Amino acid sequence: MSIKQYIQDVFNAIKSLLKGMRVTGYYFFHPKEIITEQYPDNKATLKLADRFKGEVVMLHDENNEHACTGCTACELACPNGTIKIITQFDITPGGKKKKALNTFVYHLELCTMCNLCVEACPTGAIVMAQNFEHSVYDRKQLTKTLNKPGSKLRAGIE
Amino acid sequence: MHEVVGTTPEGDFIINVGPQHPATHGVLHLVITLEGETIKNIEPHLGYIHRSIEKMCESLTYRQFIYVTSRMDYLSAHINNHACALCVEKGLQVEVPLRAQYIRVIMDELTRIASHELWWGAMAMDVGAFTPFFYAFRERETINEIMEETCGARLTMNYMVPGGVMADLHPQFQQKVKNFIALYKKKIDEYNELVTGNIIFQNRMKGVGYLSAEDAISYGCSGPVARASSVACDVRKRYPYDVYGLVQFEEVLETGGDAFARYWVRIQEMQQSVRIIEQLIDNIPEGEFQAKTKAVLKLPKGEFYQRVETARGELGVYIVSEGGTTPYRIKFRSPGFSNLSALNQMAKGGKIGDLVATMGTLDLVIPDIDR
Repeated sequence: MSIKQYIQDVFNAIKSLLKGMRVTGYYFFHPKEIITEQYPDNKATLKLADRFKGEVVMLHDENNEHACTGCTACELACPNGTIKIITQFDITPGGKKKKALNTFVYHLELCTMCNLCVEACPTGAIVMAQNFEHSVYDRKQLTKTLNKPGSKLRAGIE
Repeated sequence: MHEVVGTTPEGDFIINVGPQHPATHGVLHLVITLEGETIKNIEPHLGYIHRSIEKMCESLTYRQFIYVTSRMDYLSAHINNHACALCVEKGLQVEVPLRAQYIRVIMDELTRIASHELWWGAMAMDVGAFTPFFYAFRERETINEIMEETCGARLTMNYMVPGGVMADLHPQFQQKVKNFIALYKKKIDEYNELVTGNIIFQNRMKGVGYLSAEDAISYGCSGPVARASSVACDVRKRYPYDVYGLVQFEEVLETGGDAFARYWVRIQEMQQSVRIIEQLIDNIPEGEFQAKTKAVLKLPKGEFYQRVETARGELGVYIVSEGGTTPYRIKFRSPGFSNLSALNQMAKGGKIGDLVATMGTLDLVIPDIDR
């Protein structure tokens, strides 16, 4: 390698370094283009996408009625055994026995938020909620009962 | 197999890189035989993150097993799901609506860009540049936000179902992708200015980890690793699936075979992905996003194979069906496994400092190798 070549290499190296520094320098003087979010300080303004899959919840209306018939379609659709539905037999006014939901057990600790249960539900009783802060101190708290106490099936849903 | 500590009978050092080492990007364990600083042999030890996904899939139905494959190559989770959905559709002989095909391909390419972004940042960090990591994650975040809006998750989307996609596109999807593309084209030039043109980076990468075309074929390499050794193996081009046959894009080929060629192939691939998205985003046809399928899927008795191009290379899904609701046997041909097997060939005879550069350009995702 000749001396001329050597000097040329050094010059090129400095040039390429300065080129790179120009990019970093641009962002140094344009702090508005930085998109870092200060979680959890931004909790008040934090808005997640509507479809964000945080956890499974059961929809209840103002009369504390839900749409779950206890058909166990979601239980069968779940790949991880996250959902366990305990059913009971109600006596209809006609005197017939009818299967109904007793307890909708949801194991959040097993759930991978794959949305297959929501897809499988024929009555649209369960949906995905946006809540994502699931950490608790006791594992037992992650096993949830989704139907609220005293709730019953909305009339007209079979 | 050598012993894992000490010296060989010839007096060569044996050192362990990993399983907990930042440069291996996961729990990969390399047993390296060193003569001074020169690498004589590399032996990858696998199994630290083996979750027996193939066996797990045998007890899941054809709808359920797709979500598990997101956990293989988590950076191209969407493309993994795509492969499984295509394979099941092949067995069911379902015609996927054109709209679903367009959505799938756009999502695939977005995933590919996101995956290459992460690789670019991590690769630059491997060879000592810290800033690119933040720039890469800034653009990747935009893609993740688009994904979150439509698929409901950022990394393990589970958006593909046999017969189409799970939900229709978000109303803002097209506009957001267009905004991203317009912004992103300028960013690639910025990357080239910051890293590719840097003389230190080039000296670090050029002539390192050479893999000849013959070796690339014989080790079964695929994806950017093989294409950098001028092996034309892009599944999107050779065996087009969904609407890849309709779009114009170039199969990026380099002849260098070294680390820089692999780097340069991926950068150019990002540009080609942008090109594919540009052609599709304005022309998404109206219609159904999911074909009508039965509630319980049963594949006919037989064997089904489908390959796709993930961000890392060729992923093959092989299903053996006995006619039931669950597969009898599933085999995944993962790109990372074959690419890793060529590491010894690439790094042998080189210096140990160059190993990190070679490994960085292999773009290893360990859960994909171990499954």
